[in-house]
Amino acid sequence: MQVPILKQGSCLIASIQSVLSDADMLQLRDNLADMVGRHRARGVIIDVTVLDVIDSFATRTLRQMAHMLNLRGADTVIVGIQPEVAFAMVQLGLTLEGVGTALDLEEGLAFLEEKTKLHARPGR
Amino acid sequence: MQDPAVDIRLEVRSTIDIVTARQQSRELAMELGFSGTETTLIAAAISEIARNILDHAKRGEIIFTVVHRGGLKGLQIIADDQGPGIPDIQRAMQYGYSTRRGLGVGLPGANWLMDEFEIESTVGKGTKITMRKWLKNGIRRHNPAG
Repeated sequence: MQVPILKQGSCLIASIQSVLSDADMLQLRDNLADMVGRHRARGVIIDVTVLDVIDSFATRTLRQMAHMLNLRGADTVIVGIQPEVAFAMVQLGLTLEGVGTALDLEEGLAFLEEKTKLHARPGR
Repeated sequence: MQDPAVDIRLEVRSTIDIVTARQQSRELAMELGFSGTETTLIAAAISEIARNILDHAKRGEIIFTVVHRGGLKGLQIIADDQGPGIPDIQRAMQYGYSTRRGLGVGLPGANWLMDEFEIESTVGKGTKITMRKWLKNGIRRHNPAG
């Protein structure tokens, strides 16, 4: 199941529509790394609202994605982690260290806007 | 409600089967009356043990059974494989210890998510993980307050 990626201003929004297999997850990572370059995106939002479980593999892949995209010059924010999913992640000891998270799409956009502003601030 | 009389068996041989196993566990747990959160914890544990099968044994089987003990009802999940086995179970259950590409959270993580967790493993023969989660409202029925 391909994850649709939309462009909104200087942001890309990957909106996961159904439960993903490992292969789908890796495909998403590669597509995003490619599209950030093609669209010169500064920020990426990954909406994981529909994911019923974020296990160790998904966590590792999301972390890899965020780091890869960061190396490509874009900030990443993961939005929509459901309360039970968050609870299970905590129980599993899984962290998304170094990865931005926000409640939902709206908060995610605000998060990226803030970040982009910081980058654009002139002077040192 | 009638319990499923027979075990539900699922083969695990590709990463797609992890998703199937998770969905199966979700359906079964909901049917048994587990809460949304407990159902998610069970699904997360299944995800980790199914992944463990693929990473270490390439293929195996997951068996779901409804179990009763005393007045309790629960869901039992067995992950069985004929893989290389685990030479040092104690070490495999250490958080952050991984022999392969994993994060090393799979087995210890699944242990934390479930109520009971047992591993039997013989090097060269395979590994069998048995885990159970008990319905909490079953406890209340068993020991009525007052």
